[in-house]
Amino acid sequence: MRYLDDVVTLRLDAAKCNGCRMCLTVCPHNVFRMEDKRAVLQTRDACMECGACMLNCAAGALTVRSGVGCASGIINGILRGTDACCDNTSSGCC
Amino acid sequence: MSNSPNDDVHKARSTPKPEPVSCGCSGPACCESVAESGPPVSRRTATEPIPVGTTLKLRDHLGALAARWGIGRMSFIVEPGLYAIGEPDSASPVLVSANYKLTFDRVRSQLGGRNAWLLVLDTKGINVWCAAGKGTFGTDELVHRLQITALADRVEHRRLIVPQLGATGVCAHEVRQRSGFKVYFGPVCARDLPLFIDSDLKCTPEMRRVRFPVRERVVLIPIEIVGGLRIMILAALALVVLAGLGRDGYSLTRVWGTGLRSALLLIATFLTGASLVPLLLPWLPGRAFAVKGAWTGAFAAAAVGWLAYSQPGLLGSPVMAVAWLLFIPTAMSFTGMNYTGASTYTSLSGVIKEMKVAVPLQIGFAGAAALLWLAGLFTT
Ligand code: SF4
Ligand code: SF4
Repeated sequence: MRYLDDVVTLRLDAAKCNGCRMCLTVCPHNVFRMEDKRAVLQTRDACMECGACMLNCAAGALTVRSGVGCASGIINGILRGTDACCDNTSSGCC
Repeated sequence: MSNSPNDDVHKARSTPKPEPVSCGCSGPACCESVAESGPPVSRRTATEPIPVGTTLKLRDHLGALAARWGIGRMSFIVEPGLYAIGEPDSASPVLVSANYKLTFDRVRSQLGGRNAWLLVLDTKGINVWCAAGKGTFGTDELVHRLQITALADRVEHRRLIVPQLGATGVCAHEVRQRSGFKVYFGPVCARDLPLFIDSDLKCTPEMRRVRFPVRERVVLIPIEIVGGLRIMILAALALVVLAGLGRDGYSLTRVWGTGLRSALLLIATFLTGASLVPLLLPWLPGRAFAVKGAWTGAFAAAAVGWLAYSQPGLLGSPVMAVAWLLFIPTAMSFTGMNYTGASTYTSLSGVIKEMKVAVPLQIGFAGAAALLWLAGLFTT
């Protein structure tokens, strides 16, 4: 299953990457691959903007506007003027 | 560092998260915040580990079933703290989890016959992924929980197994700086935990991927239904009441005829959309969920249209039939769009992009359908 193309805000600054592989570990959608001891984006459009890679890249090579793609959350946020909400039964996986 | 167990979990995560719009939601049901309404947690000595079994009882399964339908979710909370599985010692692995009972149960039930420490963070009864997105399953809470449970005194090693989906809130290098513990991001699914522990805390690439198989899609259907039900029943009642209007004044015959049929059709549209979109998700045309929903609705409308054609008058006047043919795809498009929150691969930017196009269209079509339906009352 793939979502929309060319929308995500993920950026990788190859010059800052130290090759620690952390982004490969945390990414749930296999967005990264190693090439010449540096991370490269192999499936950028598969990114769901969860922000895990940015948070865990100690070198600061990754940026992404993180948030969860949830229409009702966005609507609720707009209606209430607050952050949107979370459902505690949607478990993702396990 | 604060010593109160509750005041730090509201703090934002350590890395700024621009425009935090939402977190892994599925439907409006989630908005009744568990955070403030949870039952009071009993005061135990924070550092005393709580023994816990690995076999799920009937009560656990029934509770899980109820929670899936949105019943009693407010009490589906586990006390945060340190739990002892089996008879852990200073060399036993430490697993970190959330205090949502479904998550907690899933983790402990995988650890039968093992000795391990289970460090349960206070995520306000929300699962790991959602809580990580909100920052409650995060660096601050983890470091804090390590301190108040004095875990460093109980184990000799400095390894924490954190679920990979928690990486959205837990910054491994910061945890190490602040606590000395090294975070090992474990598998996405709890069922892979035994293998992960046995293979020296290494995951296969498969164990790192998030998927969205049919079983997980189906399990989220009830909560979508429960979430939308209240507004649907109100709308259905409105249809019943409005259906009495007409050129000849208010007619109870129409209330029981057109009104009741309209109400049933509305509920059926909602239930069909909320179940078919998740079920058929991979096979529905289009990438955008609003489009997937609209297609589902188009097929449903075709079926309804055929019924109305073979049984004229079933949907009221022809104008009303047109209203339904417009409304059904629109409503299912909206239901489909709302399912983005339950899915595991939609990005915020993508959802915003599809909403910018879909929401105005949905409002336009739904408005047109409502006007036609009302007009239909006066043209019979
Ligand atoms: S986490 Fe950052 S530094 Fe490490 S490999 Fe990925 S991009 Fe490079
Ligand atoms: S934001 Fe999440 S999904 Fe996107 S690349 Fe980073 S870790 Fe992967």
